[in-house]
Amino acid sequence: MSFTSVSCFCQNNDLLKDIADSSKSKDFVTGAFKSTRVIMSQSIEMLKPGVLDFRILHRFGNVNQGISQFFGLDEATIRLGLDYGISRNFTVGIGRGSFDKEVDGFLKWRAVQQATGKSSIPFSLLLVGGTTMVGESWGNLLPKRSFKHRLGYYFQGIIGRKFNEALTIQLNPTFLHRNLVPTVNDANNIFATGVGGRLKLTKRVSLNVDYYYVFDKPEGSPFHNPLSIGFDIETGGHVFQLHFTNAVGMNEKVFLTETFNDWGKGDIQFGFNISRAFQIKKRKVM
Amino acid sequence: MAVMISGITTLHAQDRYFTKTGTITFFSKTDLENIEATNKIVTAALSIKTGAVQFSVPMKAFEFRKGLMQEHFNESYVESDKYPNGSFKGTITNNADIKYDKPGTYEANVEGQLTIHGVTRPVSTKGKVVVAEKSIEANTSFNVLVADYKISIPSLVADKISKSVQINVTTKLEPFTP
Repeated sequence: MSFTSVSCFCQNNDLLKDIADSSKSKDFVTGAFKSTRVIMSQSIEMLKPGVLDFRILHRFGNVNQGISQFFGLDEATIRLGLDYGISRNFTVGIGRGSFDKEVDGFLKWRAVQQATGKSSIPFSLLLVGGTTMVGESWGNLLPKRSFKHRLGYYFQGIIGRKFNEALTIQLNPTFLHRNLVPTVNDANNIFATGVGGRLKLTKRVSLNVDYYYVFDKPEGSPFHNPLSIGFDIETGGHVFQLHFTNAVGMNEKVFLTETFNDWGKGDIQFGFNISRAFQIKKRKVM
Repeated sequence: MAVMISGITTLHAQDRYFTKTGTITFFSKTDLENIEATNKIVTAALSIKTGAVQFSVPMKAFEFRKGLMQEHFNESYVESDKYPNGSFKGTITNNADIKYDKPGTYEANVEGQLTIHGVTRPVSTKGKVVVAEKSIEANTSFNVLVADYKISIPSLVADKISKSVQINVTTKLEPFTP
């Protein structure tokens, strides 16, 4: 067959011209953090549906205690937790820490996910609600307490943005309510703002920073703002978080209100979190 | 963009055939784990006059049964933020043997350049072109070596990912009218 008028797509013409849309209407941004926590706080990342995340958090004692306590490694507190992704934008989690034998649970909902493309959204917006319950026996402590005094509640908004492959920054404004406080000078209601971020150093390693500024600390309060700095190392199914922190405890109620360590005095603890994700419910593909 | 109308045949009067819903699956088999993913929004075009074919594959659209695998695939293996599309540009070298005006199944020899993860390599494979009344199907299957495309597999998981991955392409092309 020969053709006299030539108007075909020959040689190096782009066959896909006018066919392929170069930009999809909405491309969701993923991988802002390697896991669902910055270090202490919830991050803007969610678990995929059907994924169970088993988290073991270790926090050791103060490093400045020196060799007698093997730089704090002799004193370890642990939180064991299970997080589960119910859907793309909804995660639930429970956990128990050996510090105060506290049980905690939370619900995390992603209202808005950062996206690029034609209808882009510049940030992700999430809401977290949680509750904590002190499990420790109170024995015969006076004044007499009732069950409700064991409880605390927190509500948190998270707004964050993955600026590029290397940098993510987020803010966690938080409200915490404790039914029981240690002294009359302590407020039952606390406001704090968290700032967290990560700098991705290699494909699988990032530097993470997590800090809370607690507002209205009472005069002469011995408590300080918690600050954690560490590395995330991702190895396929696991994410390891190795960090240094002055924060005491591994749930929001404790690290916001009971952090009596001071970075300035070198009251730093080494902490080590492991996250292992299991796909419990396989997705239906094809 | 003028439409070529040949006086000889009118069964497939257009020159360009396309789809935006082509399917590509890839399959990695090892003793420890099988990895499989499907992409259902592949864009493909074929020029029946010249046998030129072109594919554009949005890498983020590969769906895995394990969500974490999908995330790792995009973040650490094919780095889809840096290289959002895989592509193929080539020709059916025996295009003259395919009778686009006669419904039937034809063997096609395809040669071209495949680009994955920013690396372009020559690929040659055999496929089938099925000419029907209103559409043309183009299917093929071939293997690629992961390392050829500078996709690095950490030694920790080396036993779980096959060095050679099988790629299956299924497309149903329809005439393109601009």
